[in-house]
Amino acid sequence: MQVTVNGKLVELPANASVAELLARLKFDAARVAVERNHEVVPRRTYGEARLSEGDRLEVVGFVGGG
Amino acid sequence: MNSDPFVLAGKSYRSRLLVGTGKYKDLDETRAATKASGAEIVTVAVRRLDPKPGEPSLLDALAGYTLLPNTAGCYTADEAIRTARLARELGMTEFVKLEVIGDEITLFPDAEATLAAARVLVKEGFVVLPYTNDDPIMAKKLEDAGCAAVMPLAAPIGSGLGIRNPYNLRMVLDAVKVPVIVDAGVGTASDAAEALELGCHAVLMNTGIAGAKHPVLMAEAMRLGVEAGRKAFLAGRMPRRLHAHASSPEVGLIE
Repeated sequence: MQVTVNGKLVELPANASVAELLARLKFDAARVAVERNHEVVPRRTYGEARLSEGDRLEVVGFVGGG
Repeated sequence: MNSDPFVLAGKSYRSRLLVGTGKYKDLDETRAATKASGAEIVTVAVRRLDPKPGEPSLLDALAGYTLLPNTAGCYTADEAIRTARLARELGMTEFVKLEVIGDEITLFPDAEATLAAARVLVKEGFVVLPYTNDDPIMAKKLEDAGCAAVMPLAAPIGSGLGIRNPYNLRMVLDAVKVPVIVDAGVGTASDAAEALELGCHAVLMNTGIAGAKHPVLMAEAMRLGVEAGRKAFLAGRMPRRLHAHASSPEVGLIE
């Protein structure tokens, strides 16, 4: 299946979890927050939160800013 | 300074200077300037990440500071609310520096959208610190919405123009009971001092330090400016007079 992560298409096995997505893309799960289709995915649910075809994900973290 | 703490959302801080962490050339400079500023609260932005395992992290450089995530770059209430929720999920704080920008030329706040976002975020338990105009009416509305402080601009973000309307800031101070934190426009140490002399409770800045030729030295200057301004405010300045008033005795002069 395909999902969009930070504006880019990503190919994933069907039914992949958020945790699997983060691991596959080499994100440090402890240092990111994830939004799926405009809703925050709570960190403690990354393992069970299953993705669906066409999901739009934002993976963000803190950067320098004023 | 401990006898005169800066109290924000029920917590006391020694420093009345809040600093941003953007625009530094590297993390070492970020760390050194932040340390020299004496700030305890530092702002950070929320952005899409590229995975870069093993790269030194901003969060390591800022260990020990109170993080104040911002919603910079958001042009609608909805974007700002989503950004604040993501910031909270990053797990470190309920604080949010709420910015809803009106246009990219002025970077002035969209007052209507800022207020709408503030109401939602306060209800969700955030400690909302909104960037706002130097407008006492708006400041009062934000206070009534439950914001923990109001953060009027001194001048446009990144402009370094200093305090363009000290009289408006005084009106904001009269209008609200929550802390007034001057946010944006401070260009040099005397601007920071002026904000505190007016009675503002704290100052937040980024470019004023990061945009200086020597940011670490300017960070120290800003710290001293804020401290000097606060002491001058507490001391109570002399009244302004049009005409001269001799400092030396006018009697006992030789003839």
